[in-house]
Amino acid sequence: MMRSLRPDLQAVANLIQPNEKVLDLGCGDGALLQYLQTEKAVTTRGVELHEAGVLACMQRGLSVRQGNLHEGLNDYPDKAFDAVILSHTLPYINNPAGTLREMLRVGRRAIVSFPNLGYWRYRLELLILGRMPIPPELPNPWEDGPRPRAMTLYDFEFLCTREGIPIQQIIHLYHGRRIEPKWGQNLRASAVIFELR
Amino acid sequence: MPGNSVGIVQRQYFTFAEETPMRLDSGESLGPLTLAYETYGQLNADSSNAILICHALSGDSHVAGYYTPEDAAPGWWDECVGPGKAFDTNKYFVICSNVIGGCQGSTGPSSIYPATGKPYGLSFPVITIGDMVRAQRHLIDYLGIEKLLTVAGGSMGGMQVLEWAAHYPERLQSAIPIATTARHSPMLIAFGEVGRQAIYADPNWNQGDYYEGAHPDAGLAVARMVGHITYLSEDSMHQKFGRRLQTREHFGYDFETDFAIESYLRHNGQRFTERFDANSFLYVTKALDYFDLENGYHKLSQAFDNSANLPYLVLSFTSDWLYPAYHAKELVSALTAAGADVTYLNIESTWGHDAFLLEVETMTKLLGQFLSRIDRHFH
Repeated sequence: MMRSLRPDLQAVANLIQPNEKVLDLGCGDGALLQYLQTEKAVTTRGVELHEAGVLACMQRGLSVRQGNLHEGLNDYPDKAFDAVILSHTLPYINNPAGTLREMLRVGRRAIVSFPNLGYWRYRLELLILGRMPIPPELPNPWEDGPRPRAMTLYDFEFLCTREGIPIQQIIHLYHGRRIEPKWGQNLRASAVIFELR
Repeated sequence: MPGNSVGIVQRQYFTFAEETPMRLDSGESLGPLTLAYETYGQLNADSSNAILICHALSGDSHVAGYYTPEDAAPGWWDECVGPGKAFDTNKYFVICSNVIGGCQGSTGPSSIYPATGKPYGLSFPVITIGDMVRAQRHLIDYLGIEKLLTVAGGSMGGMQVLEWAAHYPERLQSAIPIATTARHSPMLIAFGEVGRQAIYADPNWNQGDYYEGAHPDAGLAVARMVGHITYLSEDSMHQKFGRRLQTREHFGYDFETDFAIESYLRHNGQRFTERFDANSFLYVTKALDYFDLENGYHKLSQAFDNSANLPYLVLSFTSDWLYPAYHAKELVSALTAAGADVTYLNIESTWGHDAFLLEVETMTKLLGQFLSRIDRHFH
């Protein structure tokens, strides 16, 4: 029995074609990979830093390797995967441009999702309450655990343009559900998915 | 005897290379060869549920169960092999054989050399991990098993697993190297040499010719003590012994046993001499030192070019300083570069290298899940 995926993971899963080969960096408990494997006959590989995540993935019968993103990516030959996924892990990365280039070396395309701090509520929270907003995808308060970097849709788009990383499409999410705003995307999307190739 | 034990088991023997001796990596040949082995569980109709377990330096074919109801302790990996355990004997047919060069029933330096009617001693040829595995392959042929569901082992057992994967991938469905390395490091060779020197220094050793007189027990005990230290961690020694005195209230200011750790090592060294042959220790540690899968290639990944379609489960332990996690990571990198499907975890543990025998709960989960995935895929 397949439980339904979290909506934002479902939006990522929708970008994967049947029978593709996929690497998920920071695959967590492996929910996305298991879905792809059972529903789309995708060949999956996961990389996860934490023991609990690795154990959960193994329980789902997945192939998972403990390690950081650097260890997870560098060993693979060029274009070993159809897609390399980085779901809500980008804000924790020190060298995002280098990681993105490496993802596009190993995969034919890269799929990157992250919470958009440009979302109007987050802006308002900081403006009105004077406190940093805490997106649900990055639930740890600033004093707790590794500190994610806050960034917006525009920030990431700017990085891709500067680094010459071609953007295939941008998917806008409003609390996990896909929206197609005609204007004010950076205000209206609470999270985004970039497909790069 | 606990209910989840495989129960009473029997050591069996398989003799081969009687007509044509087996070629060794050194260029020499050896035959006839006998392997002592044990099996647990039932081989299914299509012989597709067989698992080979490879033992470590001081291990033997007795992985699980008891020889007699009076036995004080079961086999060396009893907690992982049995009904409902990690290697579930209700589902799988588990095989383990003593390595050649060993002294627990397989042909080694203490066996009788047919040409002279006396023990081989140092006339036994030097063997390698590759030779041990080549002999095991003869056993698997004899048992009528085309493909093993998996081959698993820790430490030296893990090296045999890697040797199987590198040289006989067509005979495997998967491989589980645990707490091991693809090439013995200089530090490991150094520890091996200290152990061997302790044996050479024992006057009873007599160039390996001691079977008719007193054995070099003092040397072998020191070799074991050195080895045993490397299997522990500073943390586990603190936990188990600390600076506790063994029997005394105060320091004795003499050279009798003061500390609990001293007493433990002495006891352990002495016990080891009751079941292990000093020459076997020399041969098996030498085989460890020669182990280097990268030898003959530009890089390690090429050693696995033919086994890239195998799923691997690689495990290391955080406090293992003998085969530290970076050895496992180097292996995982090479396997990944070769294109293999690798699952890897560095298990949190304070037990040092011995953790592979002690972290039963985590291992049971991991091995069980990995095996059922392989099993599902295969059947």
